[in-house]
Amino acid sequence: MFNRDRWKEILEVLTKNWFRTLLTAFGVFWGILILIILLAAGKGLENGIKQDFSGVATNTMFMWTRSTTMAYEGLPEGRSFEFKLSDVQLIRNNVPQLRIVSPRNGLRQTPGIDNVFYGTESGSYRVFGDYPEIIFQNSMYTNQGRFLNENDIREKRKVVVIGDGIRKDLFKKGEDVLGSYLKIQGVNFMVVGTYKEKSNNGDGENSERQIYVPFTTFSQAFNRADNVGWMAITAKDGSSITQLSDKILATVKQSRKVHPDDERAVGFFDLYKQYNRVETLFSAMRWIAIIVGTLVLISGVIGISNIMLIVVKERTKEIGIRRALGENPWSIKKQILMESIFLTIISGMTGIIVGSLFIYGINAILDSVGPVDMFLNPSVSIGVVTVALTILIVSGLLAGFIPAQSAIKVRPIDALRTE
Amino acid sequence: MIEIKDLHKSYKMGSNSLHVLKGINFSAEEGELVAIMGSSGSGKSTLLNILGMLDGADSGEYNLDNVPIRDLNETKAAQYRNKFLGFIFQSFNLINYKSALENVALPLYYQKVNRKVRQEKALKYLEQVGLKDWATHLPSELSGGQKQRVAIARAMAAEPKVLLADEPTGALDSTTSYEVMDLIQKINDAGNTILVVTHEEDIAHMCKRIVHLKDGVIVEDKKIEQVRAAQYV
Repeated sequence: MFNRDRWKEILEVLTKNWFRTLLTAFGVFWGILILIILLAAGKGLENGIKQDFSGVATNTMFMWTRSTTMAYEGLPEGRSFEFKLSDVQLIRNNVPQLRIVSPRNGLRQTPGIDNVFYGTESGSYRVFGDYPEIIFQNSMYTNQGRFLNENDIREKRKVVVIGDGIRKDLFKKGEDVLGSYLKIQGVNFMVVGTYKEKSNNGDGENSERQIYVPFTTFSQAFNRADNVGWMAITAKDGSSITQLSDKILATVKQSRKVHPDDERAVGFFDLYKQYNRVETLFSAMRWIAIIVGTLVLISGVIGISNIMLIVVKERTKEIGIRRALGENPWSIKKQILMESIFLTIISGMTGIIVGSLFIYGINAILDSVGPVDMFLNPSVSIGVVTVALTILIVSGLLAGFIPAQSAIKVRPIDALRTE
Repeated sequence: MIEIKDLHKSYKMGSNSLHVLKGINFSAEEGELVAIMGSSGSGKSTLLNILGMLDGADSGEYNLDNVPIRDLNETKAAQYRNKFLGFIFQSFNLINYKSALENVALPLYYQKVNRKVRQEKALKYLEQVGLKDWATHLPSELSGGQKQRVAIARAMAAEPKVLLADEPTGALDSTTSYEVMDLIQKINDAGNTILVVTHEEDIAHMCKRIVHLKDGVIVEDKKIEQVRAAQYV
């Protein structure tokens, strides 16, 4: 394998007609380049879309009440109802595969009418009563102070965590936010923390303009008794919320005396299903990239095979001479195979390198231009490169196989006879 | 050294069969210099090809240095060719992208001789044929006579038992031909067995024995007084 004379010969043969070699190599180079760029573009799109999901527990469904559309157990249709706190425990008991069940109440936001006041500043924001677990279900993190905790819930503390957007709206630059008081619909709350969104594009700005109040405090302050307006339910890893949703809906329908077949009484949104849809889309895209890239690559490989056949034909006499001098057939076969693999790998590696540089360039441009919606950090993994290299070696072997076979079929006497 | 008994060979040409060798009996001792003569179609090249294991016989026996040569697969044939035989062709058959030295070293490469020894030996044989200074030249930079001398050096390099020359002077003018024959005679003087296929009378008479082939049989086999090529050079 690492035989100086053999390598010298490979180089001699390939450089003898360098323009032809270059054109042939270009086929494989082009194939692998397209494969890499397609895969990277797919990955970039995937990264961009997935960023919207980043930090969100995707195995999650949201559920809220609407009005009934069917009469049931003496109750009329068109009745509005609300979940109760007891339903939360009921769901936990009935469906043990759940990780988090977060009940939530919210203040209805009236456009144009400010509901939050700080000193002389004011604004209209969404205000939620939430349990601390909500931070595991949303894509947010506290950047100042702390988030809500169990003590806040138990002692019904009048504290809030506000979005960084609200801090920018209501507070002066450098002003101390923590410990200050906000008046929300006439009730004073102390700010104990601010949060930021993990994803920075899309509606990130908007979701940084929300206020989180401890659930129990909220119920008491705004008179919600034991009602629950909305729930975020996350399943444990290994079980899918999509499969559990029927059981969850049945549980609340039963306890709220809603007809089991009343599809519209309880609204819900299955994030997992949406996420899976996106996942499926991307795996389809990945496959398309692989198939298209491989097909282009194959045409390059066929080009190599073709040229190797011509090379063998041209060298018929030489092969005859060498066999007359006593080179064994296997050595000739190896020579042709190695030429083919060498050519394939060199051109393939060039393709991979140029492709990587191209992706690097795109990334540099993206970095300097700033985030582009739905496209982020296109890249190919080492795994993909390894697979591509393997494909190259195998296809180099295949490309060389037929020519090598035809080379050892040359009988020395016939070869020497061709003048 | 060479022993052939009742050798037959025919070629199929479509539905016809062409009987080229019709029972050849021939033997050559070590150190002989034999000319095989005959008009075209007499079967002399076929005989040489069979002797060179480039082609197989249909029937008959062939012993080379007491080794029976039969039922060879290609790998075995390649091995035997490398070990027992040196070829000299009419059209030189040098590999045109390799230097003279590399061409000469080629049979040694197939014997897996290491690079350094290979180069030394090849250089030694190039010196013997008087082309040491041309070692790094490509065949395209050499004259016909020089090419044939490189080819002879190459045939010698593996130190074979028998040299087979197929019209070694066929592509050369007479002066150069005599130079090449002079070289062949010198190699023979050193004790090497050489078979020369030729149709030129003067070349044949520079050998020690002439075998005449006609229509696939040996019609004449005589020892002759050797004409030294040196006197013409």
